[in-house]
Amino acid sequence: MNYRDIGFRAGLEIHQQLDTRKLFCSCPSDLSEEFDANFERFLRPTRSELGDVDVAALAEAMKKRKFVYLSSKKNCCLVEWDEEPPHSINKEALEVGLKVALMMNAKIVDEIHIMRKIVIDGSNTTGFQRTALLALHGKVKDVGIETVAIEEDAARKIEEKGNVVKYGIDRLGIPLIEVATSADIRDPKHAREIAEYIGSIFKVVGKCKRELGAIRQDINVSVRGGARVEIKGVQYLSAIERVAEKEVLRQLDLIEISKILKERKVSENDIEKCELRDVTDVLKDCKSKIIERGLKEGKRALCIKLPGFRGLLKRENSRLGKEFAVHARIRSGIKGLIHSDELPGYGIEKMFVDKLREFMELGENDAFAIFIGKREIIEKAVEGVKERAKQALKGVPEEVRRALPDDSTEYMRPLPGAARMYPETDIPPVRITKEYIEKLRRSLPEKPEIQMKRVKEKYNLNDEQVRQLFNSGYLKEFEALAERFPDLSNVIARTILNTIPELEKEGVDLSWIDVDILSEILRYLKEGRFAKEAIPDILLELSKDPDKKVESVIERFGKVEIEEVRDFIRKVVRERGDFVRERGASALSPLMGIIMKEFRGKVDGKVISEMLREEIESYLG
Amino acid sequence: MSIRDKILSRLGAKPGDVIKIKRDGEELVGILMPSHDFSDDDIVVIKLRNGYNIGVEVSDDTEIEIIEKGEISKRIIEKEIPFDPSKPTISILGTGGTIASYVDYRTGAVHPAYSAEDLAYSVPEIFEICNIRARILFQLLSENIGIENWKILAREIANEFNKEDVRGVIIPHGTDTMGYTAAALSFMLKKLSGPVVLVGAQRSSDRPSSDAYQNLYHASLVASETDIGEVVVVMHGESSDTYSLIHRGVRVRKMHTSRRDAFRSINSEPIGKIENDVITIENDYRKAESGKVEVDDKMCEDVALVYFYPGMRADDIPEKKGIVIMGTGLGHVSKNLLSRLKELIENGSTVVMTSQCLYGRVNLNVYSTGRELLKIGVIPAEDMLPEVAYVKLMWVLAHAKDREEIKKLMLTNIAGEIGDRTLY
Repeated sequence: MNYRDIGFRAGLEIHQQLDTRKLFCSCPSDLSEEFDANFERFLRPTRSELGDVDVAALAEAMKKRKFVYLSSKKNCCLVEWDEEPPHSINKEALEVGLKVALMMNAKIVDEIHIMRKIVIDGSNTTGFQRTALLALHGKVKDVGIETVAIEEDAARKIEEKGNVVKYGIDRLGIPLIEVATSADIRDPKHAREIAEYIGSIFKVVGKCKRELGAIRQDINVSVRGGARVEIKGVQYLSAIERVAEKEVLRQLDLIEISKILKERKVSENDIEKCELRDVTDVLKDCKSKIIERGLKEGKRALCIKLPGFRGLLKRENSRLGKEFAVHARIRSGIKGLIHSDELPGYGIEKMFVDKLREFMELGENDAFAIFIGKREIIEKAVEGVKERAKQALKGVPEEVRRALPDDSTEYMRPLPGAARMYPETDIPPVRITKEYIEKLRRSLPEKPEIQMKRVKEKYNLNDEQVRQLFNSGYLKEFEALAERFPDLSNVIARTILNTIPELEKEGVDLSWIDVDILSEILRYLKEGRFAKEAIPDILLELSKDPDKKVESVIERFGKVEIEEVRDFIRKVVRERGDFVRERGASALSPLMGIIMKEFRGKVDGKVISEMLREEIESYLG
Repeated sequence: MSIRDKILSRLGAKPGDVIKIKRDGEELVGILMPSHDFSDDDIVVIKLRNGYNIGVEVSDDTEIEIIEKGEISKRIIEKEIPFDPSKPTISILGTGGTIASYVDYRTGAVHPAYSAEDLAYSVPEIFEICNIRARILFQLLSENIGIENWKILAREIANEFNKEDVRGVIIPHGTDTMGYTAAALSFMLKKLSGPVVLVGAQRSSDRPSSDAYQNLYHASLVASETDIGEVVVVMHGESSDTYSLIHRGVRVRKMHTSRRDAFRSINSEPIGKIENDVITIENDYRKAESGKVEVDDKMCEDVALVYFYPGMRADDIPEKKGIVIMGTGLGHVSKNLLSRLKELIENGSTVVMTSQCLYGRVNLNVYSTGRELLKIGVIPAEDMLPEVAYVKLMWVLAHAKDREEIKKLMLTNIAGEIGDRTLY
């Protein structure tokens, strides 16, 4: 794809959680496994001076939702409960934000004002998110940085059932640094590079959280003829590229669909005048489980014509049918709809599809959607469908979408208007003096690329290792260890980048690992007390040992004399002489298994393999 | 005049104007904001196009200009209040506080409701249950509400009721002193023909999470649907937006600086609660009477409320006609104060004893200090809240002829402020 030709424009917004106390209270910023209290609230949009309510706020309010908040005394206080005014801004977090801004050559404002950004999806108990602009107009590589802001993280959604949404408020209030780039990004790959670079700035500055979800990326994408779409919550750096690619294809397809609808001469009025018809009788003998169950519960099946939409609801790069379903759900709480482009299906046979088309008096190009539910709910749902269908005539609607695990996206809400911020009157502004900025400037870390180059050369690593060390966020730990054990830098890199993550993936709890324990293990390795292959097993053993006595665990993996190994190999080869003669050189790998069983973790596999080869050769003469 | 004000006035810039400031080789464009109370003197606050406010340092050398004069924001909400003859009518008399306020998103300023219509329209659901007649009496933070305001309120409430169609009256009030006002109105208003409901908000109504909506809505239910003939306070019952409690005006106290459920009935149970739009009455109350509401608002203002503390000296107790002491425990003060109290009482003062414990009843018979206090003529205020005893003493001193009558009235239950049984 030639991204320049299609008018690709994209900007990034990257949010990084900080590893300090919360932004506006003194709670620790950890998440909870357990909660000890809960409370329920409603939110409503506030009227502005002119009596108008923000579109995005209104869209949320239409859902009339009840919010249930789960809380733990360990990491929540009355500030998160919205039962106490916020405390002053956390100085440590602020300093991290200012350093990040300076690393990007952004201009720090003279006085920081904390604002309230209205958000009434319940993710903030207050109904607004507190946020403050720290700096403007920086640059990373060839991309402009528009703003660097600090804000409080939102509560995390645990569950949504009907009109009740459950949130855990442990995450609420964790400081986030938000970096927004200008729309200078040239293509999806470029987006990924810039995101990675910004990520590495956070890492060199430090005090940033490292677990999954600690960095969240939003990307704004548009193509010529499309519209600005903000995609929220891309959790992996690697996903940015794919999400952007898919969004481009989606926008291009929606533009194509609007052309087809134009050819089919569909107007807004055609959509508006479509009426719901009760098709319960038409479907009463249908064996579809969804329909049977619904009708048994006394619900009705209602159908609406979608004029001119036949063949447009489920295409390779766009899923308008699913969009309709999401809009219907948001309006009414209804679970979903069945549209004609996915029929026959869901146990609805062709016979019923034909009957429906006849009953609904559909033209060749018309599609339809069926809802199962109560009439008044379906009527609300249909409003959402019609609204979205009308947008399809124009092409791509401006909106906020959520990134899904397969890198596709789903509609969330309309793009918020600009006027959603007003001052947080409970927190005084913070003056940033020139002297303070100078002091911070002097304490800045090296730039990521300089640090990468230095680390690479100093510890003799390859490009990929350095890049991975940066992205892992454990560079500091690596350096601390590699400084003490320069000869073992590759072992250290492998332990941090491969061994530990792999063991964790298998479910081993390694949260106890720190630089001290690792350096103790490395000291024994350096003394030759065991072979480097034993590190995974040593970590595994240590994780079972509550006292974590490294020395006692090491003993079990003690090194053996090399002659002892050779004797053992020779014995194995001789004992299996027939097999060796029969197989020749290819006897090596079956025999390897037997020998490694004896020496795993004590002798390097490569050494054994070499010795075994020699012994087989000498045996065969 | 601060350097900021000097520069801005020389420029002729007013909040709302779009201005351009040159800073560090860059031009910053934004709407000039009113300056923050805590902003430094050389800081101009502007709202950027992205909605953020930032402070920009200015000096005499700063290049600054007005790009566009701001429009004065016009308020369009002047909707008429609907009237449905089949519904009861209630009156809302505004006193200030944060229960109805708006955000001007352009400047970020929060304004209180200017008109009765504004106030009523902050919770339009009210119109589904009743007709509203609304007036703003004062625009005061509750710490600035005083005895004169209580008197005006009492008279205005009576006026409202005596227009025969009014079923109940709602008084939106700042929460800090709501308990005092509720107590004062309880003593001043006689033969109430409907509920007087004080209501407030712990989170101002410019926030989506404000408790104002539920409180005001539930207050309207109480004002229009009950036959309570007392002054009550309706506020959140718990942190959740689930139910509100109806507290007796002479028994309620703000017990937390910031929580929604700060208001608690002390030494008594709430009259009832409102949950899911349903009012449940759980305890006795005085029923509304037919006929005219009377006002008896004479008050003696020469009364003090004095908190005892270890180390207190005799001359820390002022010379007043009435003194309500918040003593320790069952109602004690240190020995060194006895002669001062004795002297004050001999000179005609009335001294009433309450407890800093708030919960429970004072009893001056148990310890020798108590017995001595009784001997010199201190009146133990039973299970009355100190603030209520203070308000009551003002009212009693303006009504009783002599020492005997003062004592008798102080110990007589007038508005539900004293209970003869201490509940568990």
